Amino acid sequence: MGLVKVYVTYKESILDPQGEAIKSAIHGMGHTSINDVRMGKYFELNVDNNVSDIDSEINLICDDLLANPNMETYRYEILEDAE
Amino acid sequence: MKFAVIVFPGSNCDKDLYFAIKDGIHADVEMIDYRSKSLDAFDAVLIPGGFSYGDYLRSGAIAAHAPIIETIKRMSALGKPIMGICNGFQILTEIGLLPGALIRNRQNRFICETVDLKVKNNQTIFTNEYEFDQTLSLPVAHGEGNYYCDISTLKQINDNNQIIFRYASDINGSIDNIAGIINKAGNVLGMMPHPERALEEMLGSDDGLKLFQSILKSHMNRVNL
Repeated sequence: MGLVKVYVTYKESILDPQGEAIKSAIHGMGHTSINDVRMGKYFELNVDNNVSDIDSEINLICDDLLANPNMETYRYEILEDAE
Repeated sequence: MKFAVIVFPGSNCDKDLYFAIKDGIHADVEMIDYRSKSLDAFDAVLIPGGFSYGDYLRSGAIAAHAPIIETIKRMSALGKPIMGICNGFQILTEIGLLPGALIRNRQNRFICETVDLKVKNNQTIFTNEYEFDQTLSLPVAHGEGNYYCDISTLKQINDNNQIIFRYASDINGSIDNIAGIINKAGNVLGMMPHPERALEEMLGSDDGLKLFQSILKSHMNRVNL
């Protein structure tokens, strides 16, 4: 089985109020060197090894469900033969 | 005229909408399960507010893949009136019947209050009973009502007069204070405020009633042509 790790985040142009709230909590802890926090979503997809075009399949899943292209962007990595 | 109110797991304004039609404008209405695949008997579709699928993943994202959605898209292509309120608006953007998206309120808090908005286009099947620029007092109740679209989409919806309602002041960070938009064809409306909760003066405002009356009147005018 292969493992695909998908990361979805807001686009740079979108204000992330949850990220802002987390940032101010971090600053409250005294870690004032943290300049910016962006919060995102992380997915692990276990995939059959015999999928012929994994990239187009993952892109379809991301575009149609996991991310909303209006406001979010995603990237993914494919780990072959993950246990 | 017969209305369908779509009920998803987690819808919670479905009964308000049902009574808005039944007792507000005295038209036929039925609650329709999200697993249904036919809406042949209906003239209009209403998608209620609430938290479909618990807002898992993103508001409206899972509902966008429910069995009823393909049928709603076909109804839209036929030009039938489709209105989504609050979570219904979020679902309509997720399925691409309306442009843009609803993101988290800028202040990062759920807002539950009555706000003023202005009617910016009264030449639609949803708003013809209102005056242009009329101020409406309607309840809002949302955590993710901050309307966002990119600049080119914003120009398009402005140029096509698709912005139907604007908040009188900035309540959640929505671009250009957008509270409700319509599709280019003019048969799909999405709005964050709740007209179905403003049908009686006794309950604070009856400013929502004319929206439902507009839909009914437009339908009758078409039928009587």
